[in-house]
Amino acid sequence: MKHTIIAAGLSVFAGAAFAQAPVLTVYTYDSFVSEWGPGPAIEEAFEATCGCDLQFVGAGDGAALLARVRLEGERSEADVVLGLDTNLTAAARDTGLFAPHGLTPEGLTLPVAWDDAEFLPFDWGYFAFVHRAGLEDVPNSFAALAASDISIVIQDPRSSTPGLGLLMWVAAAHGEGAAAIWEGLADNIVTVTPGWSEAYGLFLEGEADMVLSYTTSPAYHLIAEEDAGFAAAGFDEGHYMQVEVAGMLAGTDQPELARDFLRFMLDEGFQSVIPTTNWMYPAALPAEALPEGFETLLTPARPILLSPEEAAAVRDEALATWQAALSR
Amino acid sequence: MASRAQPLSGLHKTGAVFAALVTLAVLGPLAAVMARADWPLALGPADLAAIRFTLVQAALSALLSVVLAIPVARALARRDFAGRRMLVTLMGAPFLLPVIVAVLGLLAVFGRAGWINAALMGIGLGRIDVYGLQGVVLAHVFLNLPLAVRLILQGWQDIPSERVRLAIALGFSGADMHRHFERPLLRAVLPGAGLLIFLICTTSFAVALILGGGPRATTVELAIYQAFRFDFDLGRAAALGLVQVAICLGAGALAFGAIRGRELGTGLDRPPLAWPGDGQGARARDALAITLAALFLLLPLLAVALKGLPALAGMPLSVWQAALRSVVLALASAGLAVALALPIALFVARLRRPGMVEGLAFLTIAVSSLVIGTGMFVLIRPWGDPVALALPVTGLVNALVALPFLLRALVPAALAAEGGQGRLAEALGMSGMARLRHAILPRLARPLGFGAGLAAAFSMGDLGVITLFSSPGQGTLPLEMYRLMGAYRTDDAQGAAVLLMALTLALFWLFDRGGRLDAIAR
Repeated sequence: MKHTIIAAGLSVFAGAAFAQAPVLTVYTYDSFVSEWGPGPAIEEAFEATCGCDLQFVGAGDGAALLARVRLEGERSEADVVLGLDTNLTAAARDTGLFAPHGLTPEGLTLPVAWDDAEFLPFDWGYFAFVHRAGLEDVPNSFAALAASDISIVIQDPRSSTPGLGLLMWVAAAHGEGAAAIWEGLADNIVTVTPGWSEAYGLFLEGEADMVLSYTTSPAYHLIAEEDAGFAAAGFDEGHYMQVEVAGMLAGTDQPELARDFLRFMLDEGFQSVIPTTNWMYPAALPAEALPEGFETLLTPARPILLSPEEAAAVRDEALATWQAALSR
Repeated sequence: MASRAQPLSGLHKTGAVFAALVTLAVLGPLAAVMARADWPLALGPADLAAIRFTLVQAALSALLSVVLAIPVARALARRDFAGRRMLVTLMGAPFLLPVIVAVLGLLAVFGRAGWINAALMGIGLGRIDVYGLQGVVLAHVFLNLPLAVRLILQGWQDIPSERVRLAIALGFSGADMHRHFERPLLRAVLPGAGLLIFLICTTSFAVALILGGGPRATTVELAIYQAFRFDFDLGRAAALGLVQVAICLGAGALAFGAIRGRELGTGLDRPPLAWPGDGQGARARDALAITLAALFLLLPLLAVALKGLPALAGMPLSVWQAALRSVVLALASAGLAVALALPIALFVARLRRPGMVEGLAFLTIAVSSLVIGTGMFVLIRPWGDPVALALPVTGLVNALVALPFLLRALVPAALAAEGGQGRLAEALGMSGMARLRHAILPRLARPLGFGAGLAAAFSMGDLGVITLFSSPGQGTLPLEMYRLMGAYRTDDAQGAAVLLMALTLALFWLFDRGGRLDAIAR
């Protein structure tokens, strides 16, 4: 409603054709919509074909995004929510606010099979500990990291999606042994931050040898800063994946447009923007289409990903294990 | 004291209404969140641990901040030197910065790779560890010492110079000065300042987490955040919100019990004189206190500035737009805060028990701004689009958050003005606006400027409510800084941090300075 008013207001400046355009509202996380994120390029590409006005609304991070939608309930202005990950989709599905997308995605390049009636992936990455190239005795497993005196910064699983991802990584790779891993890691952890930004900032300031981030983080330094001095440590037990997804809301007043957007999300116009703006792997772009520099990145031998249902089922216990081990 | 029999004027009635509105604006959203909650509620062992940690770190932080502030405020009150005002303003900066900027500055000095550790390693000594409870307290003292200094300094400057002159004439010694002036002054100021800092520290979240070192350092505010953001458990969030209100009321009851009436008398606002008992030793001690405080507070700021300045020129346009938006928001927020605080302070000054209403204002600190923001979201949703109202709501919440600071500074001044000038004004038959303009306002200009400066600065640094409501094109400077960090653009983010620091200080300085222009006839 308000968006049509704004659109009408804008049309005074932008010409009459614009006033008729339907509005598609996409809720997403903050860094997606910033001018150095994927948002602006994607908006331009989609609006060139849809005859609509695409409006991104930024709402914190992935978890905050879900909270926002739940807070607004069925009266949400949002047509599409973009930026949840698979650790959150079970909770999102349980709200009953999301509608089946009805699409059969083709050409997905995820290292795992995808079958989800409500959510489609748009990008993905592997969690990894990132370090400077000069670091000696880079650990090759959680056990080796725990045994070393290498310092790390991680994120709190109660306030950030990477923190939650690390929890899932340890839980999925070590099951019953997760508590022992966390107890071993306790003296390596310099500190725990509320979110990714703080942790990465501390790492860059030299407060720790390694930081929980993504295997794609060194690509930023390599491509945007022309600095080859960063690398990700490969762990033998495999690397947990973060798959970022989008879904359309059942209460949307633009179901066709929302579906068009989800379809467009897997097209090249969207996918090719992802690697050097979101610094993740696109979900439907072959490896040869990735920008130069991505071939230097670590490719984990074993991708690990819990299904949304498994992730939701183990979350509370994993959190309790984490809290108990690090509170000693 | 002014006669209590006088009927309340229009302004005082406005004050009463505003006080009620403020209470409503804070408790309404809390109630709205509670109404959406699933009852009954239960607190687990983790919550109790969070409550314990919150209380311990806040009490330690408040105690240390206030104790360390006393010699610094005392020194600043009695020494005049070149650059003194600049120093006072600069030293206020930590309190006004977004937490992550302050923390990164602090770590540049005290961190594992910081200056002090580099020096210690250089001479072969071990490393100091800044993480854990000591880190949390260090950061909270860094952030709140400036506030404590300013509040106590305000108290010192309220001592009429005529009294000091009289004391000199009577041949008072340093000990006499302490007994007759400083002790009553500190008794009047310290409980309130301590309470304020305690409350600020109870709502700490990012500082406690980053420097606390892990789950041991969980505060109630983080538990609220988790309940909202990850579990979307409004019931738990509301319950924890109530816990925070309870902590506030408990601390408030204790502090107000300790506050004694102030009978320091009134003067004619002459400049302060050198105090008796002011020997070489006192001078040296004062110089040491000022130097140490300046080093502690300014080195981290210097670190932030050194890192950020090179990036300043190359920052994207959106950062400058966000800066402009933040400045406008800060001005509106400061204006609103003053418009709310002035009538309330005048109303409170007329009450027999001023603590009651002032206590209500402290609620705005104790109730998590996340709870207020979410509650407002719930309240606005049926009537309008919260996102379209993001900036006004942020301005309102920031004004509410600044209110206790304004009242803290205004109420004693209003009491003194009523007590000192009210009688004279009544004798002259002055009432209404004339009385306000000639008798009361000149005495309030200094705390008003200070309070408005704080409100503006708070609003500049705020990162709470805006994140809940934000949409593109509405980002404030701190939010933009976070977006830059989130996009790996750490250099640009550091540039934005310097810009934020500079703008915040400039706004604070302008208001604070403006407040002094009228009040001091030097």
